Order: sequence, then structure tokens, then C-alpha cells
Amino acid sequence: MKPAPFLYFRASSLDDALAGLAGHGDDAKILAGGQSLIALMNLRLIRPAALIDINRLSGLAYIRQEDGTLTIGALTRQSTVESSEVIARLCPLMAEAIRFVAHRPIRNRGTVGGNLAHADPTSELPAVAVALGATLVARSQNGHRTIAADNFFVGPLSTALAANELLTEVRVPVWPAGQGWSFMEVSPRAGDYALVGVAATLRAAGGVCQAARLVYTGVGPRPIQVAKAEQVLVGRPSREATFREAAEVAADQVDPSSDFHATSEYRRDLVRALTRRALLAALDRCPKGA
Amino acid sequence: MEQLPVTMTVNGMHYSRAVEPRRLLSDFIRHDLGLTGTHVGCEHGVCGMCTVLIDGQTARSCLTLAVQADGAEITTVEALGTPAKLHPLQQAFWEKHGLQCGYCTPAMLLTAVELLNSNPDPTRSEISEALSAVLCRCTGYQTIVDAVESAAGAMKGAAR
Repeated sequence: MKPAPFLYFRASSLDDALAGLAGHGDDAKILAGGQSLIALMNLRLIRPAALIDINRLSGLAYIRQEDGTLTIGALTRQSTVESSEVIARLCPLMAEAIRFVAHRPIRNRGTVGGNLAHADPTSELPAVAVALGATLVARSQNGHRTIAADNFFVGPLSTALAANELLTEVRVPVWPAGQGWSFMEVSPRAGDYALVGVAATLRAAGGVCQAARLVYTGVGPRPIQVAKAEQVLVGRPSREATFREAAEVAADQVDPSSDFHATSEYRRDLVRALTRRALLAALDRCPKGA
Repeated sequence: MEQLPVTMTVNGMHYSRAVEPRRLLSDFIRHDLGLTGTHVGCEHGVCGMCTVLIDGQTARSCLTLAVQADGAEITTVEALGTPAKLHPLQQAFWEKHGLQCGYCTPAMLLTAVELLNSNPDPTRSEISEALSAVLCRCTGYQTIVDAVESAAGAMKGAAR
């Protein structure tokens, strides 16, 4: 189908975009990559009165290292992240996860900020943002504020952004030396929405787990961090038996729903299997002897 | 209804038109420019039929507004070759039976163009991953993978 009519406003500066948002508020949508937005409009699931196109704001597309922080401009294309040497070095978990985002043609247009602001509960980057303790920067005509990723994702397609705010930047701590990682997911076909995915980080030394993060996609209304499974790991031997225990706890803690694509039981099973596999893969990437 | 001017280069030709903001790039290419080699399937980004190159990169033209492509350089399947002188990928699709009904073929070809531009010597699994962006309901994909593999070899040979 085709989208219903709307007013099109091409922002030529950040101020321009923020003024547009202030003027239209809830009736306006930001058009970044458009890979989810235009699909929803074509299906007539949404009919925004106005689109504010930010694609000309090239100042919002960047990947930078500033002291101990990696900053990514909201308009950075997903395929730019995928091929970025800086991301591979300073945020390998994101580099691994981004390849699971739809297909290359979608990633060529789709943006990092758009993916996060869309807040699809099966999406990869929100889980990565929560796992890494990312900070998101929102701007409006009144100034800017920072929002912890964990507070940003409210529910399905719903975030902490106010109607007059634009997500402009993602900040993640530069990768700590010695931290292992893994992103894994199961989907019916490559590029499909994930049934379940997991973003895992693991620090281990002398055969003992020091710290871990386990954040899941596809098992709830937003990225789900399972602290109880993380706690199982800390101070325990970094080996498969421990990972199996954590996987059992994770499977027990999540409460996925059943839908057309998979039953709740199957998703729980995937949480169990992916947790164990992701922790083994993450351990593999810790320094030898960890 | 409000109309906005757009200017873009499609297959090396300059076009200027006035369009409604809601005009999809896929419809702009097919209806306004009459270039019907770009096909349309689901119109919500799933099937990949409408794949074109925007500034050299594959994109779903059904998920792009024509006004967004203002100033862009678009490549459609019409630019690849002619019946007398097929592009090596088209030649390989012919030889390896990489199509049956042909509906997905323009998208498969452009997807393969991007793959071989960035990776001239892909493995079969890399080819499969790239082509997973486009649905085909006839071939079972194997002959398309064969065709891309064969074209990669031919293009490398030609470049030598």
C-alpha cells in the first residue's frame, strides 16, 4: 500500500529539526533511515501528519572516540557501523550484533538512532545499549539531557523521549581490556526478526568470573536484563558447568509470550541454549587463562 | 495536494519532476519515469523486489520517499546491460538458470552487484547471506548462488 498524505519538512539544521518537532509535537515523526517508519506508513498502521526529514543533517553522522567514551551520532547508518574499524575495536559487541539487523539494503539506509528510538522489542541494538550501559542524548529547543539506556526503553515501540525531543547521540564506554563478549540470536531466516537474542559480556580472571551482563531481546516488551543469572556467575569458576547454571536461572527468570512465530516454552528454551553458548563464546574472547 | 520538486540522476540521465511527498521512490521510478525493470512486491520492506542502488548502495525503493532521493544517483537494472551485451551477472543468470519467473531477478542482480563490488571473491555462504535480502519463490536459490559464483569468476578473469 501507499502512505496517507502528510506534510514533508526537510530539516537543514538541527535547530530546524527541533523547531519542527516543537511545532508539530505528537503529530510529527522524525524521518531518519525510514526503514521501519515508512513500512508502518505503507501499511497504514500509522498516519503521521508531518514528517521531519533529518537525512541532510550530516553533522549527526559520526563515530568518535572522546577520552574513554565512544560516541556515535544518531544518523550514523547501520552499515557504516558494520564496516567501522573503530567500532570493531572499541565496541566489538555492537559490531557483532549489527550484522543481525535485517539485511544489507536495510542497514544501508537504517540508522543507529532510528533503530534505538523505534524501540522494537525484538531489535538487537537496544539490548546492546542496555548491556553496555550506554547513555543516550536527547535534544529539544529547551536544551539537552542524557538518558541511561536502561531508562530509555519503556515498552514496545515506546521510549522515554518526549514529543519535542530528538535522539542525537549514543555514548558507550570504550571497551574494557580483557572483557569477552557475544551476541547471538535465533531467527527463522537470516535477517528476520529475532525470536530470541542475547547480548552477553563476561570478565574473568584466574579461572573465575568477575562480572557479567546478560540482556535479552524478544522475551519481553523491552530489552530484559537478567541480574539473577549474572549473579550466578560472579565469583564462580569460568567454565561450562557454571554457564549452564546461569542459563537455567535465565530461562526461569524470563517470561516470554507466545505468538504466531514461537511459543513461550520454545523462547524459554532458546534463552537457555543461547545463554550457555554466548557465555562460552564470550569466555573464548577473554584473555587466555581466564 | 502539495507537490515538491525533485531532481535525481537515474542510470546516468537527469530527471526533474514534481511529486507528492508520499510518492515512494519505487513508484517514482516505475510510474513517473516509466522504468518498469524495478519490481514491486510487498511494499513494506520484506521481499526486496524493489531493490535499487542509491548512491551505489542497495536500498528498498519502497521504503524511501522520492523526495528523500532528491539529488541522489539511482541505478536500476536497466543500467546493467543490453540484450546484445549482457552484464556478466546477467550472462551468468542466463547460463546457470538463475531465474524462472524473473520477478525477483532485477533485485537479485543489483544485490549481487553490491556484493561483488565489496567482495569480488565471495564464498557460497557469503553469497547466500547477501541474497537473503531478496525473496525468490521459484528457483530454490541454488541456481542463483551458482550464477553469482560463476559471474564472480568471470568478472575476476576479465579484470586480470
